[in-house]
Amino acid sequence: MRQTLAALLLAGLLAAVAPPAGVVAQAEQPTDDEVNAIAKGLYCPVCENVPLDVCPTLACKQWRDTIREKLALGWDQAQIEQYFVEQYGDRVLAAPPARGLNWAVYLIPPAVFLLGGAVLVGAMRAWRRPPAVSRVGQDPAAEDPYLERLEDELRARG
Amino acid sequence: MIEEIGYSALVLAFGMALYGAGAAAFGAKRERPELVESARRAMLLSWPLISVAALAIIALLVSGRYDVEYVAKVTSSTMPPYLKVTALWGGQEGSLVFWSWLMAAFASAAGLRRWDRDRDLLPWVIVVTMITLAFFLSLVIFVENPFRRLWLDPVGNTVTAFLRPAGARPLIPADGQGLNPLLRHPGMIIHPPMLYLGFVSFVIPYAFAIAALVARRTDDRWIRVTRRWTLVAWLFLSLGLLLGGRWAYDVLGWGGYWGWDPVEIAAFMPFLSGTAFLHSVMVQEKKGMLKHWNVLLIILTYVLVIFGTFLTRSGVLSSVHAFAQSAIGPMFFAFIGITSIVSVRLLLDRWGTLRGENQLNSLISRESLFLLNNFLFIIILAVCFLGVIFPLVSELFTGQTVTVGPEWYERITGPLFAGLLLLMGVAPLSAYGSSSWRLLGRQLWVPGSVSLLVPAGLLLAGVGNWAAVLGFWLAGLVALVTLYEFWRGALARHRRHGESMPVALVRLAGRNRRRYGGYIIHLGVVLMATGIIGIELFQTETQGTLARGEQLNLGSHVLVFQGLTQFNTPDGREVSRAELSVYKDGRLVGQLFPRQDFYIAANQPMTIPGVRSTLEEDLYVLLVGWEPIAQQGATFKVFHNPLVNFVWLGGFVFILGTLVAAWPDRETAPLRRSVQAAAWVSGD
Amino acid sequence: MPDPGDLVPAPQPRIRRWVTLLVWGAVLALLVLVGFGQVRAQQGPVGIGSRAPEFTLSTFDGRQISSSELEGQVVVVNFWASWCKPCEQEARELELAYQMYKDQGVAFLGVDYVDIEKEALAYLERFEISYPNGPDLGTRISQAFRTQGVPETFVIGPDGRVAAVQIGPYESLEAIVAHIELARGS
Repeated sequence: MRQTLAALLLAGLLAAVAPPAGVVAQAEQPTDDEVNAIAKGLYCPVCENVPLDVCPTLACKQWRDTIREKLALGWDQAQIEQYFVEQYGDRVLAAPPARGLNWAVYLIPPAVFLLGGAVLVGAMRAWRRPPAVSRVGQDPAAEDPYLERLEDELRARG
Repeated sequence: MIEEIGYSALVLAFGMALYGAGAAAFGAKRERPELVESARRAMLLSWPLISVAALAIIALLVSGRYDVEYVAKVTSSTMPPYLKVTALWGGQEGSLVFWSWLMAAFASAAGLRRWDRDRDLLPWVIVVTMITLAFFLSLVIFVENPFRRLWLDPVGNTVTAFLRPAGARPLIPADGQGLNPLLRHPGMIIHPPMLYLGFVSFVIPYAFAIAALVARRTDDRWIRVTRRWTLVAWLFLSLGLLLGGRWAYDVLGWGGYWGWDPVEIAAFMPFLSGTAFLHSVMVQEKKGMLKHWNVLLIILTYVLVIFGTFLTRSGVLSSVHAFAQSAIGPMFFAFIGITSIVSVRLLLDRWGTLRGENQLNSLISRESLFLLNNFLFIIILAVCFLGVIFPLVSELFTGQTVTVGPEWYERITGPLFAGLLLLMGVAPLSAYGSSSWRLLGRQLWVPGSVSLLVPAGLLLAGVGNWAAVLGFWLAGLVALVTLYEFWRGALARHRRHGESMPVALVRLAGRNRRRYGGYIIHLGVVLMATGIIGIELFQTETQGTLARGEQLNLGSHVLVFQGLTQFNTPDGREVSRAELSVYKDGRLVGQLFPRQDFYIAANQPMTIPGVRSTLEEDLYVLLVGWEPIAQQGATFKVFHNPLVNFVWLGGFVFILGTLVAAWPDRETAPLRRSVQAAAWVSGD
Repeated sequence: MPDPGDLVPAPQPRIRRWVTLLVWGAVLALLVLVGFGQVRAQQGPVGIGSRAPEFTLSTFDGRQISSSELEGQVVVVNFWASWCKPCEQEARELELAYQMYKDQGVAFLGVDYVDIEKEALAYLERFEISYPNGPDLGTRISQAFRTQGVPETFVIGPDGRVAAVQIGPYESLEAIVAHIELARGS
C-alpha cells in the first residue's frame, strides 16, 4: 500500500520528464547563471533534499523558469525567496530562516561547543597534577629505542 | 522450493541466534561452560544457514523468477548477470539479509579465535552479537521478507505474500522493474557492502566492551583484542564513504560529492565517533586514562551504526519518510532505545570498576591533545546530529518543516575541521606525560616556519580567500610535520643500525605499523583536505544554451558544441549524447561526451557528465536539456572543480595507510603458535 | 603497567552524579524525540472517522473559502498538481462528478499542491475544471491532512468528519459517486 503510494509519487514526478526544451532567447532574459545563483539557495519543494539548481525534473525546470520570470520583472533574491516561502513553506530555503524555534539551530552549536569546552577544561583541571620531573630530553635518537622497547613490551603482552 | 529453503534457513538461523544468546547468558550466570560452548557452536552455525538464504536469493535473482516480489523489484531481463547478483543488496529486503550475513560472518570469526585468556568475555560477546543478529533477522522474517511472492486473488487484486492466500493464483510478471539505474554504477555496487562491512565490524569491539563491563574487568584487554577489528571496521567505513562520494560525483550530476544529506550524515556519524575512539584508545593503552570515555564512545558508535542502518538504504530514491512508515521503523526505534538504555545503565553500574589513572601532567602533552581531538570530533558529531534531527523537531513543534542545507554544516564544521588539521600538525611532535610549551616549540619551529612558505606563496600569487590560505597552510604544516616524523625516525635507525635511509624508512614503518600507518593516513587526509579546499572554495560554474558550433566560456576553458546524437542501447536505454570540444588557454585539449540515459523500463533518466580530469582540476560538463534533433541546440551546465582529484588520490593514500596500520604483525605469529600448542596440549 | 605510585584517587562520586544525569537526560531526550517522529511518521493521512482539519483555501480567482463555511455539506477535497501524471487520470471524472452533484449541496475543492500558477491554470483549462481550485500556500493544507503524495482525495461528510479517503487517482466516475453517497449517508 505504502509502496504503491511511493510509486505513485515517483511516477507522478518522473513520468513527466520528457526531453525538455532548453532554448531560451538569451537577449533580454536573465542568464542561466543568474537563475542558478538564486536556485542554489532554494530546495526542490517536492523532491527530498535536492537543491533547485541541480534538480532534473520537469517541475524543477518550471520553478527555475519562474525564477527567470521574476528576475526579468526586476525582483531581487530576497523577494524571490520570500515568494517561494509563501508558496511552499520554509523548507524550500536552504537554511532555516532565523526566527522562532529556528534560532535553536543557530545557537545550539556554539552553546554545545562552550558547554563541551567547559566539561573538557573541568576534566583536565581535575586530572592535572603538578608537573613531575620532565622526561629525558627530546633527542630523537634517544627516544626511538625507548619507544621501540615500549612497543616490544606491549606486543609481547599481546 | 528455493523460497521455502531460503526462508526456513533464515528462521533456523534466527533460532540459532536466540538460542546462542540465551545459552551463553545462562551458561555464564550459572557457570556452565558447556552451555557457553554450545552457544558458540550455535553462533557458528548461523553463518552457513544465512549463506543458504543469501544463495537462495541470488539463485532467484539470476534465474529471473519474477513471481518473487523482490526479484521483480530489483532485476529485469536486460540486466547483465553480474548486476543481478549484486542486486542482492539492491533493495530493502535483500540488503537486510546481506547485513545479517555479514554480522554472522564476523561473529563467527570472533567465535573462532582462541578464547583461553578471555573465557569470561566469551559468553557476553556471543550474547551481544547474537542479539544484534537476531534483531536483523527478525526484520527480515517478520516484515521485509525477500521470499514473498506475487499472487492474483479471486477478485483480481495483486497480493504479496509468502504463503499462498486462499483462492489465489501465482502471478508471474513478464519482466522485472530492474535495478534503479542510479545503482548500476560500479561505485554503487561496492559502496553498500563496504558501508555494511564497516557498520557490522564495529559491533565486535562493542560486544567486547559490553562483555568486559559485564565481567567486571578492569583492564584494557577488550581494547587490545579488538584493536585490529576497530581499524578494519574503520577502514571499511571510510572506504564506503569515499566510494559513496565518488559515486555521487560520477553519477548524480550535481558537480559535487557530498551534499550533507541526512542519509550521508547517517553513515558519517559512526565514522566520526569511530575516529575519536581510534585515537582515544591509544591514550588508554599508553596511560590508562579515559576508560569510561572509551566505553561510552564505543557504545555511541554502535548506536550510531544501528541508527545509520536505520536511515540509509540501498534504494537511492527512497525518502526517509517512506522508510519510517514501514513497520521496521518502530522496530528499529525500539531496538535502539533498548540497547542504548541497557548499555548506558551497564556502564553507569560498573563505573567504579573502570577506575583509571586519569592524570594530566601538562596541557600540551600528547594525552591532552588527544583529548582535544576527541572534543572536536564529538562537537562535529553533535552538529551533524542536530542538523539531521532539527527538521523533525521543527515539524513537531511548529508544524513547519525546514531544510538544513550544506552551508549551515560547512560554516560550523569548517573551523572545527581546521582545528583538527592543526592538531594533526602539532600532536605528533608532542610527548606523553610532561611537556612544556618550550619543548613543543623547539620541535615545532622548523616545520612551522617552513610551512609559512605556503600561505606566503599563495598570498603572493594573489589568492585572496583567507579561509583557503589558512586551510592550505594547515595542510602544508601537517604534511611537513608528518614527513619530518618519518625522516626523524628513519634517521635514528640509520644512525643506530647503519641502514640506508630507504631501508630504514621501510623498517621503521614495519616495526611501528600503527604509528606510521597512522601518519600515512594523516598524509592522505592532507591530500583530501587540499582537494576539498580546492573544490569547495574555488569551484566555478556556468550554464548556457548553445546551437551547434557555438561556445561556452568558463575561466580559461572554452567549450564548443559539436552536435547531439540519439540512439538506443541493447540494455534498454535511450541515450542522448552531446559532443563538445574543449579548449584550455586557446589550445584544444580534448572531447567530452556528456549524455543523458533514459532507462525505458524504470522510466527514469540519468545524467552522466563528461569530465576532463587532471591533477589540477576537473572540467565537468552536464547535458541539461536539448531541442528536438532538427534544431540541434542544447543546454549545458559546466563546473570547474580545481584540485578535486586530490580528494580521490588522498583517499587511496588514506586506505593504504589503514592497511599498513592494520597489517598483522609477523612477530606475534610464533607467539600464537606456541599458545596454540600449549592450548592443544592442555586439552582445550 | 599502572605504577601504583601514580594512582590518583579521582573524585569519583561527585563526577558520577552529574555525569549520570547528563547522560541519562541526553539519551532519554533523544529517544523521546525520535519516538515522537516515529509516531508522527506512522500516522498516515487523516483517517476515516476523524474530524476533518480546518483550512482556508485562497482560490486562483481571488476568493477565500474556509472549511467552516462549508459545514453541513459534503465536501470533496482533492489534492493534485500539474506535474502529477496520475492526477490527469481522474481530472475529467472529478469535473463530471462535480457537475452531477453541484445542485445537491456537494462542494468540490481542488487543492493545488506545490505547483506553479501558470502550469496549474493551464491544467485546469485543459480538463475544463470549473469548481474552485487554489494553491496550497506554504503546504499548510496538505500538512493538516497529512497527505503523503498526490493525488489524494478526502470526502468529508456533513458532520465534519472524514467519510472516505482515496489515495491515488479514482479509477472511475462510479468510484467517486460511491464515496459521495457514502458521505451523504453518514
